[in-house]
Amino acid sequence: MMQALFYLMAFITLGSALVVAVAKNLVRSIFMFFVTLFGLAGLYVLALADFVAVTQIVIYVGGILVLILFAFMLSGKETLAIAQQQTNRFISLNNLPSVLLAGLFLVVIINVIFKADVNNLPWIKAAITSQVKVSDANINNIGINLMTRYLLPFEAISVLLMLALVGAAHISRKEEGSI
Amino acid sequence: MITLTDFMLVSAALFCLGLFVVVSKKNAIQVLIGIELMLNAAILNLVAFGKYDRVNNGGQMFALFAIILAAATTAVALAIILNVYRQYKTIDPDKINRLKD
Repeated sequence: MMQALFYLMAFITLGSALVVAVAKNLVRSIFMFFVTLFGLAGLYVLALADFVAVTQIVIYVGGILVLILFAFMLSGKETLAIAQQQTNRFISLNNLPSVLLAGLFLVVIINVIFKADVNNLPWIKAAITSQVKVSDANINNIGINLMTRYLLPFEAISVLLMLALVGAAHISRKEEGSI
Repeated sequence: MITLTDFMLVSAALFCLGLFVVVSKKNAIQVLIGIELMLNAAILNLVAFGKYDRVNNGGQMFALFAIILAAATTAVALAIILNVYRQYKTIDPDKINRLKD
């Protein structure tokens, strides 16, 4: 059951990511990215990380995707024209180098994964045999860890987020006079 | 039984698709989507390893941090894209070839 669900989710994720890569229409690729994000949230649930899955949906789908759609709408007719005239099939002479690059990179990463043999790492074997129960206390545990063990990264990321938002607001401000 | 290697293979494929999108597309927004795909592949790896760390939850915690980082990146990148569009009337990264002055 778990395995079937895993393969279903992996198929949805990779298939829609493939459509994102080959779609001619920019709007279609943005909406397929939406499907990819949902598939990834499903994969997170299968990895027993329900809180991360919900956060993924809230932040990515609710925030980032809407932001991307906004930028797409605001950048006008020109981009639509570019997106329409861009005739790229997956394998054509124009993007042969990029297909080659991505394919060779995939071969390298897969080699590394099989060489690394992560299933037999000592701490993972210990974790499988030690029988820490999967329970509802996951979110509880995350909250406590966030305020104790990971407090410094938490504060750093909050400062960074604020800086990024202020910077974004400053960059996109209309300048009077100049330009 | 789903093993760690399965998750890592899915993540590797996703990363390579993102790389393909980043390299081949002629539109800054699509390049940004490619970067998001690559970031998501990294987050998937973090979560998959976090499955075996139920006490300290390091994997899930840093997955959350990476998601927030992605949100910050996107906000700044979209502001830059809008600004570039205002100056050049195009967002094709190949055509952006002038500095401010």
